[in-house]
Amino acid sequence: MQDLDSFLHGLLAESGDTPDRLLQHLIAVQKQYSHIPYDAIQVLSERLGIPPVQIYSVIEYYAFLHRNPRGKYDIRFSDNITDRMLGNRLLMQGMCKKLAVEPGIPRDDGKVTIEMTSCTGLCDQGPALLVNGIAVSKLTEMRIHKMVGLIEAGVPVGKWPGKFFIVEDNIQRRDMLLNKRLIKGSALESLLVKGADAILNDLDESGLRGRGGAGFKAGTKWRLCRDAAADEHYVVCNADEGEPGTFKDRVLLNSYADSVFEGMTLCGGIVGARKGFLYLRGEYLYLLKTLENTLQERRDANLLGNNILGQEGFDFDIEIHLGAGAYVCGEESALIESLEGKRGIPRKRPPFPVTSGYMQKPTVVNNVETLLAAARIAVYGGDWFRSAGTPESTGTKLFSISGDCERPGVYEYPFGVTIRQVLEDCGALDTQAVQLSGAAGFTIPPQEFYRQIAFEDVPSGGSLMVFNRQRDLLKMVLNFTRFFCHESCGFCTPCRIGGRLMNDLVEKVMVGYATSYDIHELKKIGRVLQKSAHCGLGTTAPNAVLDTLQKFPGTYSRRLVNKSYEPAFNLDKALEVSRQLTGRDDEEAHLRLGN
Amino acid sequence: MVAQMSNIQQRNQGRKDKLIVATAPLCGCFGCHMSLLDIDERIFELVELVEFDRTPVTDIKTIGKCDIGLIEGGVANAHNVHDLREFRANCDTLVAVGSCAVTGGIPAMRNQFDLKECLEEAYIHGIGVENPHVPNDVEIPLLLDKVHPIHEVVRVDYFLPGCPPSADTFWQFLTDVAAGNEVSFPYSLIHYD
Repeated sequence: MQDLDSFLHGLLAESGDTPDRLLQHLIAVQKQYSHIPYDAIQVLSERLGIPPVQIYSVIEYYAFLHRNPRGKYDIRFSDNITDRMLGNRLLMQGMCKKLAVEPGIPRDDGKVTIEMTSCTGLCDQGPALLVNGIAVSKLTEMRIHKMVGLIEAGVPVGKWPGKFFIVEDNIQRRDMLLNKRLIKGSALESLLVKGADAILNDLDESGLRGRGGAGFKAGTKWRLCRDAAADEHYVVCNADEGEPGTFKDRVLLNSYADSVFEGMTLCGGIVGARKGFLYLRGEYLYLLKTLENTLQERRDANLLGNNILGQEGFDFDIEIHLGAGAYVCGEESALIESLEGKRGIPRKRPPFPVTSGYMQKPTVVNNVETLLAAARIAVYGGDWFRSAGTPESTGTKLFSISGDCERPGVYEYPFGVTIRQVLEDCGALDTQAVQLSGAAGFTIPPQEFYRQIAFEDVPSGGSLMVFNRQRDLLKMVLNFTRFFCHESCGFCTPCRIGGRLMNDLVEKVMVGYATSYDIHELKKIGRVLQKSAHCGLGTTAPNAVLDTLQKFPGTYSRRLVNKSYEPAFNLDKALEVSRQLTGRDDEEAHLRLGN
Repeated sequence: MVAQMSNIQQRNQGRKDKLIVATAPLCGCFGCHMSLLDIDERIFELVELVEFDRTPVTDIKTIGKCDIGLIEGGVANAHNVHDLREFRANCDTLVAVGSCAVTGGIPAMRNQFDLKECLEEAYIHGIGVENPHVPNDVEIPLLLDKVHPIHEVVRVDYFLPGCPPSADTFWQFLTDVAAGNEVSFPYSLIHYD
């Protein structure tokens, strides 16, 4: 292995030694050495001018960075509820057993580490895992068995069978966006012909709203950014698709990346930005190479770089930044912090990124799908776009559909489609509930399947997980509360503590120790989070609990103990160690059940 | 002070009985009880308002039906569980008093370790230990594997934070309840730094 000093020297020389490079450098060091060695921290501290403690705090923050060596094969099983429904836990246990390794602890010979991670965005072809950051889909016992063999034989991941790493697009339904191919550069030509104002008018006309979930008008956002006076403007494409059950951006980046970059360049030309960032979630590392190639093709075609399409002064280029396993970085201000190399703690808003974003400069942050749609609108016009959808939710939307259905995958529908229609199309039978918009979204019972997916009715960021009647919804809820505990950035108390309390109470319901008093507490804490958490993660974290409490009360009530209160743990068992150490078994050495 | 006293007496008029209060120290340092005593001469007023049932202050060992139970300390052993359950069964309102009752406090620092490690450190491997063995007299309550705040073992109605809650906090709480008012603390009483 390359000596650390020369590796760092090369890294710093190649990609810069400004403080904002910190996270990207740490990711590179982690990849090379399977951890961030102490000496690397000292060198980075000195060269980037960042105190070591700050570097420690960044390493601690991101799930994919480690201070202690991981195994040579670093394996993370995706732990979304859809992976669980496909049996990921048994597969992981089997793998741990075969490789004789404890979850989360590197094997003594340093060969392998195995643990769980949040949803990796392969819900339609799970269960999935990441091996040294690269996604492996469709896990079966056979595939695990083969992997174990390859690991024990020391075969490098690059030489594993290619079929392990096949990630299919799984596009099941196309509509106007996916059907209409965009000729490379046509949106930019349209900009040069029609002018920025005309394109902004097209965007306004189209009614395009942000596809990440919040639904802010894209035209308004671009205009606000353009009108904010500053010496630099930036465009950021949010590809930190971390919401459990969402994978549509994965497909767009795999097969439509050129359109996405076109949309970014278009935005750059309009708001006067010279630089754009694609913030790619670490789980999608396997896409990085093709994305870089696409960027290079566009540079070669004069669609990126200086004087784009020969237009004097139209300079714009795009850099890809990697995330490192932090869900909250999907929140735009946290994402900007992360781009600046820091921990992804959401900022106070206002000021909003359109006036004070990356490096405090006006910044447009848009979802992958929004930018793709904007590029098409620049070519085909606002009327074309608003010909589909509803008055407040124009156009079409991509949905990531997974769970209990025959045809999971990506579906493009006009806004306003009913949930029932979607379920019919994907072959979902005997459905008990639909979780819309991921862990932070809404739990929809069958009596509400008539509802329309649109900002006027049920809004959606694009994920739809299906649960049939055989499923225990509380397992879903517990999966989500654990997810939010794990992903809370820890900055504000309601989310850091409240999220944990809710998780513990749901666990208490699960093991059958909860009483109606605990349900009362769950609701109370949930309301505190909704009201007082610092960012969207905290305010939406209790949604699944509160929704299921309201719409599926039986899920909880049939597990409750008919008492005013019961501890979450077995008191008599808590005395077992003492009994063993003292050898006592008299009456006083036991605690009966409470009353 | 005289005016204040007559105010409380006025407010207390019409109450047939005094408020019955019990207190118990579980796994804590007794500091909360000491802080209660720090109300100083106001204790004479207090006994006009409340009657003490089981509490170390009166040395009454058994509990009867009470309006209020004040619990200091967390739950660390079987005896604590018995006491706490007895209080819950007999008190209309149960109050977690001070950091240990509210969060487990200092004693809960042992939760970082296995109970076995703790006991072996204290009774077997510790410096200067003679006749090393873990005490097993039946008179000594068995330790739970972890220390718990009291709300993890019984239902709790109120939490009085502080390490300890100040004498004024106790005073405010008890006089408010005795007067039938909703308990409300000025910021100064629940502000710590």
